[in-house]
Amino acid sequence: MKSLSQLDPSVELFTENLSIGYPQKPDPFIVQKELNLQLRKGEMICVAGPNGVGKSTLLHTLAGLQNPLAGKIVLHGQNLSSYSMTEKAFLLSLTLTDRIQVDKMTVWELVAMGRYPHTNRFGKLHTSDLEIIERSIAQVHLEDKKKWLLDNLSDGERQRAMIAKVLAQATPILLFDEPTAHLDLTNRVSTMLLLKNVAKSCQVSVLLTTHELEMALQLADQIWLMHPDGVDIGTPDEVIAKGSLQHIFQSDLFSFDPVSRRFIIHPVKETNASPLEIKK
Amino acid sequence: MRRPRTFLFFILLTILCIVLTLSDIALGSVSIPFNAIIQALLHPHGQTLFTDIIIQFRVPKAITAILTGASLSLAGLLMQTFFRNPLAGPDVLGVTSGASMGVAFYVMATSWFAASFVESRWGLILSAIAGALIVLLLILSVASRLKQSVTILIIGLMFSGIVGAIVSILQNLSNPDTVKLFVVWTFGSLSAVTWYQLQILIPLLVIGLFFTFMLQKRLNALLLGEHYAQGLGISVRSTRLIMISLTGILAGATTAFTGPIAFIGVAVPHLARALFQTSNHRIIIPGTLLCGTSLLLICDILSQQTTYPLPLNAVNALFGAPLIIWVVLKQRT
Repeated sequence: MKSLSQLDPSVELFTENLSIGYPQKPDPFIVQKELNLQLRKGEMICVAGPNGVGKSTLLHTLAGLQNPLAGKIVLHGQNLSSYSMTEKAFLLSLTLTDRIQVDKMTVWELVAMGRYPHTNRFGKLHTSDLEIIERSIAQVHLEDKKKWLLDNLSDGERQRAMIAKVLAQATPILLFDEPTAHLDLTNRVSTMLLLKNVAKSCQVSVLLTTHELEMALQLADQIWLMHPDGVDIGTPDEVIAKGSLQHIFQSDLFSFDPVSRRFIIHPVKETNASPLEIKK
Repeated sequence: MRRPRTFLFFILLTILCIVLTLSDIALGSVSIPFNAIIQALLHPHGQTLFTDIIIQFRVPKAITAILTGASLSLAGLLMQTFFRNPLAGPDVLGVTSGASMGVAFYVMATSWFAASFVESRWGLILSAIAGALIVLLLILSVASRLKQSVTILIIGLMFSGIVGAIVSILQNLSNPDTVKLFVVWTFGSLSAVTWYQLQILIPLLVIGLFFTFMLQKRLNALLLGEHYAQGLGISVRSTRLIMISLTGILAGATTAFTGPIAFIGVAVPHLARALFQTSNHRIIIPGTLLCGTSLLLICDILSQQTTYPLPLNAVNALFGAPLIIWVVLKQRT
């Protein structure tokens, strides 16, 4: 019997009772279990949640960089593990939080690597590849800096170059691990808008992990809120209505205001002695 | 993307290699008139003394210099890409130490049992190959189980340590003549390789060089790190095993025939990257090959200019190190 996800043509990837984590002896270290998730065409999904809840582990598992502990990941109707490394590279592309350290590589060379799955053994680029590379660079607005060395870019430009590499790979599923980390406000907003735009205009499925909750609430099509006991899934409106945010980010220091969709920091109470006062 | 000066540099380096090869043949501790050199090269079967020196000694030595320079530099490049570490060289896997262990055992054994073997160069070569192969197989079997390449680096260094200890124990047990024989081998020498031996060395190295060329796309992907390489459809595990094997063949075979040639393997990839201003293997593999060949030819020419030829390794470091320092400083400013 086929599941509903398998019949829906807009679903690029879905998981069934997926457990993620790390194989350890004697018992595996389970980070999350029984996940039933879907990635759809043209949607941007933001994965959020506290540190250590398994966002990166989930992304690595979906990308095939680590094996699921149990359950399955189905990509275009076929189990992810049944694809070869090369076949996966036609379907999934990703950026990670690992900072790449390459001496003397230009933006253009980096973006050109995105075409590797599509080229022969020597990485020979054809005219069509060159066009895609130029288009990808233009999409992230790095035309002026395409001959620059990566070492000479700012963090924001570097991130955009990495995104251009992913765009050049031209896959139906794009995964980004914390694409907005280390960026200033303008770059964070423009990166999120860029990814949203890519999902819509290219009709691809974009999944990103982020700590930018307020921005995710404004831009995401779906939010996966991860917490130690599972994942709350829904549109931003649904997630807010369910009270998931209030529940997951419980703290004496701040609270989530569902009306303004912002986190409000509580005023410091007199009784809460600050470190400075203790010194006195 | 092709940089404008890349093409020019390739032409200049190729010309330099040809000039240096001819100089290496022409210059030596015995001065030979220019006409005699031409005569010898045109009529290699002539019976004069000069022809003998040129054909039997200097030409094989020049060929060995070219092959060794190219192989060790490429082995160094492979390891630097493998570990994404600028300090890696062909010896980090312990393969060259393995070769010296083989030689130490051989020299010791022959001094104990049958002194008549000691003269045989083949004994040295085969024992070095055996030593290198043992370490290579050990490191391959370990590497196929490991996920992180930095662990392989540590294990390679530990192998080198163990092998070095065995070699020093062997030296301690040997008589001074045997030790001297071993120490001379560790100086490295291009001149001991004969035409007959080249018939074995050349195919080995050509195979190694050929497969390194075939690997260029995978090597470029590895520059981004293992995860990104996988994301681009590269099988990191098999690529790593191929790289270890290639490094073992290139470094092990050259070391077996010439003794350990220091320095070239670590230094030349930096020289090539500085000259060509890129890490792209499509450019840097041939670039490293040409730079390595040139540098070793220069060092060989220099070492032959004194009445008693200097140890090649000493010249490598004395001449090569300042050159590399200059190049690296110049491009950083």
